Amino acid sequence: MKSRWLILALIAVAIALPWCFYDWGHHRHAGFLLSMLSQMGMMVILALSYNMLLGQAGLFSLCHATFFGIGGYATVHLLNAVGAGDVPVPMELMPLLAGLSGLALAILFGAMATKQRATAFAMITLGISELMATAALMFHHFFGGEGGVTTNRMIENSLFGLTYASGLQVYYLILAWTVLATGLMYYLTLTPLGRMANATRDNFERAQFIGYDPRMVRFLQFALSGFFAGIGGGLYAITYEIVTFDALAAPLSANALLMAYIGGTTVFGGPILGAILITLLQSGVSLLSNSWLVYVGVMFIAMVIFAPTGLAGIIKAHGPIRHSGRLGSLVVPYLRLVIPSLGLLLGFVGLVELMSFLTIGAAQGKKLVLFGGPVDVHAALPWVVSGGSLILGALWLRWEAAGFHRIWENLTAEVRR
Amino acid sequence: MTALSLRNVRKNFGATEIIRGVTLDIAPGERHCIIGPNGAGKTTCFNLISGRFPITSGEILLNGERIDTLPPHKINRMGLSRSFQITSIFQRMSVFENLRCALLWSRGYRYSFWSPLWRQKALNEAAEVLLEDLNLSARRDILAGLLSYAEQRALEIGMTIAGGASVVLLDEPTAGMSNTETDYAMALIRRVTAGKTLLMVEHDMKVVFDLADTITVLVYGQVIASGPPVEVRANRAVQEAYLGALE
Repeated sequence: MKSRWLILALIAVAIALPWCFYDWGHHRHAGFLLSMLSQMGMMVILALSYNMLLGQAGLFSLCHATFFGIGGYATVHLLNAVGAGDVPVPMELMPLLAGLSGLALAILFGAMATKQRATAFAMITLGISELMATAALMFHHFFGGEGGVTTNRMIENSLFGLTYASGLQVYYLILAWTVLATGLMYYLTLTPLGRMANATRDNFERAQFIGYDPRMVRFLQFALSGFFAGIGGGLYAITYEIVTFDALAAPLSANALLMAYIGGTTVFGGPILGAILITLLQSGVSLLSNSWLVYVGVMFIAMVIFAPTGLAGIIKAHGPIRHSGRLGSLVVPYLRLVIPSLGLLLGFVGLVELMSFLTIGAAQGKKLVLFGGPVDVHAALPWVVSGGSLILGALWLRWEAAGFHRIWENLTAEVRR
Repeated sequence: MTALSLRNVRKNFGATEIIRGVTLDIAPGERHCIIGPNGAGKTTCFNLISGRFPITSGEILLNGERIDTLPPHKINRMGLSRSFQITSIFQRMSVFENLRCALLWSRGYRYSFWSPLWRQKALNEAAEVLLEDLNLSARRDILAGLLSYAEQRALEIGMTIAGGASVVLLDEPTAGMSNTETDYAMALIRRVTAGKTLLMVEHDMKVVFDLADTITVLVYGQVIASGPPVEVRANRAVQEAYLGALE
């Protein structure tokens, strides 16, 4: 019941958000915000569909962007065909057709990959990813080579008479499909196939002895996840009106993995969190710093080591404590973690930025501005301060973390009783 | 007709012959125990019957039909189900979900990705009844991996019989249990396998002689004796090979 309200609230926020930043003076929407929200929508679909494999079926796929990309290319060509008057397809149904193209390709590749398990499966998907990347550069008719394929989304074919000239209309189209796709993916987890996907994840062998062919379970799950990834790709094509090699290449597959993992693969909504966070970093931090990918990478490594259940897993772990009304007793311990964490973080960011400005920054002729003041990267002071802050922060955090761990263990033990 | 027949079944792993021509007939409704020293090939026999490994030569028939060329899931669908010596359950799913999954295929859900499980009343009730039978109702929503050892063994048995198989293979269901736990597990096995054909590997001789209609003694991949408990107990070869020390 509670989660239903949470979902409704989230959707309401997603609908209202563009209007909160509406520029009434110029009667204009904030373009940056709209494109970021749109990007979030498609990334939510990509991350959730990836988690149908990683979290729900235990399949470590490295080619998920393949199905996202093919949905994008299919949509671009379809938009061009509709624009030329060859076929009548309303804009609102484009993502569905994009999904079907993802499904078709996932059926083909899934038949090859899902016969294998674990490492062999991952290897095959890596091969598929490379195969598609190469194909995208070789077959110009469909993929348009390095330049990609462009289109114009104003096809004047809409179920609701919309033109999609404005970013807002596109955003609402994305939002509608994101909500629909998320709902469908959640529904899937409550069906026999969804449950058997969990079962084959936990114990591949046992599934066979209760009458299921685990390869078939994985194949179907793989195909369906390709369908949803394709929807995401369709929305991508509609938003950017261009699809290049990037939409199906390995970095995007890695991104899907990052988002799902950082958000948390063990909870259905985890990848949503991950997609929102990574997109925020991508659009926000990338404006401030050249090194934003370093931060994402380090965050990923830190999550793998310290919080393998991801953000959603961390939140979920607080559930029993919250139910017993003891959440308040964690406030002080958490606050005590904040100061050393900040020291560690600022020290690390300082060092990374200093290093990046020694090389890339200097080449770009930029000046390093940290915490509101210009910094001379050739002086010793900023390096010493950053390094000291990093080391002291790390040592202090280690000490505080041990204390926090004790408090946490005691509290969870108490709550269990 | 026999429920399960093995005709001169052989199995080689590389050059080593593990099962050396086993022939066995099990009548419908029979409670059949396989005993034998460690390394005799008892579990391998189970793996061959249930399709986990292919046989090298011979024939295995389930209710008169050849099953020795089929994969495990097809053999299971034909009405043969097995448990594992080392507990094999779905660790990260709840106890209830484990049992419900074990019920799915036999109830015709196949690979459905459209029927919502929460609305399958008969299925859910059957899973609840099974929970009750196994005395696991209080543990319904706990992750199976967090159950105690004895509880996991009970769940393992529950998942094995859930699909309504007519032939049930249990591989050392009481291994590692205390005396009370063993008594409880045996009562459970009697209850849930009533009317079914039962083939069981067991080390606990008390359990074997209590339960079995027929005992087969396997030594180095060969059957050295097979018959009612009284006969097997009196068998000279068996006493030398295996039972002597116990009597």
